[in-house]
Formats: sequence, C-alpha cells, structure tokens
Amino acid sequence: MGIIKRLGINFSWLKKLFKKKTARIGIYGPPNAGKTTLANRILRDWTGDAMGSVSQIPHETRRARRREGVTIESNGSSVMLDIIDTPGLATKIDFHDFMQFGLSEEESKRRAKEATEGVIEAVKWLDELDGVILVMDATEDPYTQVNVTVIGNMEARKLPLLIAANKIDLHNSSPARIHSAFPQHPIVPISALEGQNIDLLYKEIAEHFG
Amino acid sequence: MKGIQLDLISEDKLDGMTSMEKVRLILDEVRNGKILVLEKGLTPSEQTKLIELTMNEIAQDDFSGIEIESYPTKQNETFFNKLLGKTSLKTRLTVIGPAAQLKTIKKDRDLISALVSP
Repeated sequence: MGIIKRLGINFSWLKKLFKKKTARIGIYGPPNAGKTTLANRILRDWTGDAMGSVSQIPHETRRARRREGVTIESNGSSVMLDIIDTPGLATKIDFHDFMQFGLSEEESKRRAKEATEGVIEAVKWLDELDGVILVMDATEDPYTQVNVTVIGNMEARKLPLLIAANKIDLHNSSPARIHSAFPQHPIVPISALEGQNIDLLYKEIAEHFG
Repeated sequence: MKGIQLDLISEDKLDGMTSMEKVRLILDEVRNGKILVLEKGLTPSEQTKLIELTMNEIAQDDFSGIEIESYPTKQNETFFNKLLGKTSLKTRLTVIGPAAQLKTIKKDRDLISALVSP
C-alpha cells in the first residue's frame, strides 16, 4: 500500500465501485413537517444523542445539521448512515408570518433572512446525497410544490426515496391521501413525536438505503 | 383597464430556452407582478434552481417569494423509449406568480385551483 501511495495511484473509485461505506441520507420536507423531530428520534434511538431544537414556529432549523456514522439495525440487517437534517424547503418567506408567533419585527426579519439562506443550503445538499427521507405532514395536502420538487429531483437522479407520513397521532391525518398522491414510492405512516410505527420506518430505512 | 397580467408561455418557446434563461425570465416577470402559465413546466433541477434564486431575491418589504404549482411529473413512456429501455420524466403545466398575489386553494394530480388577488 505504501508503494501505491508513493506512486500516487488513487483507488478510491474502486472502493466506490464495490461498496459504499455509508449512505448519506437527507431528511427533507416543508417547514413544520417534523424533520428535526424525526432526526432527534432516530439519533436518540441509535446514538442516545439529539440533532437540534424543535418549535411550533416555522423555520426553526435554519442550518443543515449532519450526524455521521449512525448505524440502524432491523431484522438482522444493518445500515450505516450519515444523516443530514435540512432546513424546511419553501418558495416564499414573509417575515410577517413570524410576527404572528409573537416575535418582534427585528427578530422576524432576522429569522426570515436566515430562513432564506437555510433553504438555499437545503437545495445545495440535494447534489450530495445518496437518498432522501421526505417527511410529509399527513394532516396537510400532499401535493405541495416542495413535495413535488423533492420527489421529482430524486426520480430524475434515480436515487432512493422514502416518504415518512408524519403526525399520525393527530386525528385529521391521512397517510392514505399521501399514498394515493405518490403511489410509486414507499410510504411509512409515523408519529415522530410519539414513536408510532418507528420500528417499521427503521425496517424500511435498512431495506432502501442499505 | 386595471388588472393582473397573465402570460401563457408555450412549450415551443420554453424548448428554445436554456434552464437559466427560463428561470431568469420567470423571476423577472413574477417580480413585475405577472402570473405565468407554462405549458410544459420546469424540470426538477430547474425547479430547485428557481427556488434557490428566489431565496436570493427575497427582500423584506418588497418581495416575499413566489407561489409555484405544477402537476407531478409523469414517466415519459413512449413506444421508442420503452424499446430502447429509456425512461425520462415528462414535466407538466405549471402556474407561477408572486406569493403576495397568487394563492393555491386546492391541488391534486390533475387540477390546480388558485386565487389571484390584485
């Protein structure tokens, strides 16, 4: 190996060809779909740690956070992931929306500015991923442009996508509506907050990203 | 007569433009208060480029972003594509306007219902 190093020969492409060590998975979705709640759930279950703070105020996560080497085991198979919790994707950000949550105008404008930067960061991460967990709020209309855009990007790149139909603990949730909208992709109804069906999600993660 | 200008852009015109030209045209027209209907829509990568540039242009008291709604893409399964083992994504009709003036009321696989305010 030392000789190879001295000769300057790079065999990294060969390693990539045979086996990727870890899969880099992004957690995507619109603001307030529960991305960070899910990231926290996954990290607590498998590392005992947490990813970030959660809030009712949209765009609480305004910087992508990455956690490397998270091993998920299910049904005898295991997968090692780098998990990226991304800021919520949006096509519009109005600082007035934050003021409705009691934030001052100055604080709202600062948050809005940071949120626009967060969206750009989330978009740029799409180029760096091996797969996506798309978190949808199962109480909302699934045909939002954010969902359509993320799914379209994954399909165009032929990368694996798993949909987490979140918030099934709420009485008006309808994972069936999401399934009917995007029948071509695997969907797991979950409550990231309460942990419902989370083992089923881990099974699907191990199958799709392993 | 006062009103909102609605521009319907044909597939032929869009086919003759590069991705960057399309995104730039959309943002410029929407910032001028127009509502655009694209016969062919944008590819997924053009959509993300549009989101990225929109975020760069958001100005706190002037422009809060865009409302964009398109039908989900379809697999383009023509006879020749199937024969050659190729699949590609077919983009579909898309409506784009200033977020302050265009609001989606309802959307499903084949219907976009939106409200336009002056």
